[in-house]
Amino acid sequence: MDNILECRNLVKYYPGCLALNSVNLSVPKGRIVGLLGPNGSGKTTLIKLANGLLTPNSGQILVGGRAPGVETKKMVAYLPERTYLNDWMNVNTMIDFFGDFYADFNKAKAYDMLQRLHINPADHLKTMSKGTKEKVQLILVMSREAQLYILDEPIGGVDPATRDYILDTIISNYSENATLLISTHLITDVEKILDDVIFINMGNIVLTATVDEIREKEGKSVDAFFREVFKC
Amino acid sequence: MAWNLKSDRPIYSQLIEQIQLMVVSGIYAAGSKLPSVRDMAAEASVNPNTMQRALSKLEDDGLLYSQRTSGRYVTEDVQKIMQTKNGLAENLVQEFIRKMNRLGFDGEQTVDLLNRVMKEEGQNG
Repeated sequence: MDNILECRNLVKYYPGCLALNSVNLSVPKGRIVGLLGPNGSGKTTLIKLANGLLTPNSGQILVGGRAPGVETKKMVAYLPERTYLNDWMNVNTMIDFFGDFYADFNKAKAYDMLQRLHINPADHLKTMSKGTKEKVQLILVMSREAQLYILDEPIGGVDPATRDYILDTIISNYSENATLLISTHLITDVEKILDDVIFINMGNIVLTATVDEIREKEGKSVDAFFREVFKC
Repeated sequence: MAWNLKSDRPIYSQLIEQIQLMVVSGIYAAGSKLPSVRDMAAEASVNPNTMQRALSKLEDDGLLYSQRTSGRYVTEDVQKIMQTKNGLAENLVQEFIRKMNRLGFDGEQTVDLLNRVMKEEGQNG
């Protein structure tokens, strides 16, 4: 099993909308992969399928060789696009909460990252700014020793300096065999840390390549290439 | 030293150039130990796999070597470092000549101009 995530002829449709059109995809272990596409291209649908929040209409999606379920949720650390944490909780409670839920949650790591980002663990989520909330959620997700991290738009509300810090944290914290799947629009910020990119559009995978392949072949950054491919 | 990576060229080849530059300029001296791949990747804000590939290439080229247990080192072979230095310098000169050609300067005119400017700089400095 060298692929942590695999899709075979994966189809998902909503009423009046084909979200994923027979997608075939293999994501190997130990890679940092960018899932890039315009709005409504199917990124979040794919991510929700991988986490068992949606079920495919046909085809298969496998995480570590299994269909999404209790076993795969032990392997996957998932940062959804929207928060599911309760406003009344403070950071300490959430850390205990995560510690109870996930055997692979590393509390020391979480407190260390909180400290470095100057977040007070006694603070309640309700009183935090949008960016700080995002940081807390990302810290919770990255403090797990998971095999697959799936981050849906992880750094959108965070200022550029913190963005750099977070990307550095990601690089230095994920274990060597773990895979990171990051969906984002902020390509310039993340492309340096990616191994591979997947371009998705209207439910189809249009391209998979390494960052350096694109730069070599096109003579431009992934960001510039993206703008060209998806020009409106 | 700050890593200076351009966004329109492969990261891998830029990392190779920058590490070469750090070695020939003595930031990583001959025989000294390099930081871990992870630390170097974090410092340059790049993917650890890409950093690993660049370091492996430099090992193949003989500028770096690995010791199984203790890590990765800069070669003690000063000759090899000089050779790398000359290689980098040659690349710079070739690029300079190409750019001058595009401005319409042939070889001789380029050399003349270069001599003149260097002389003036010498007088001023």
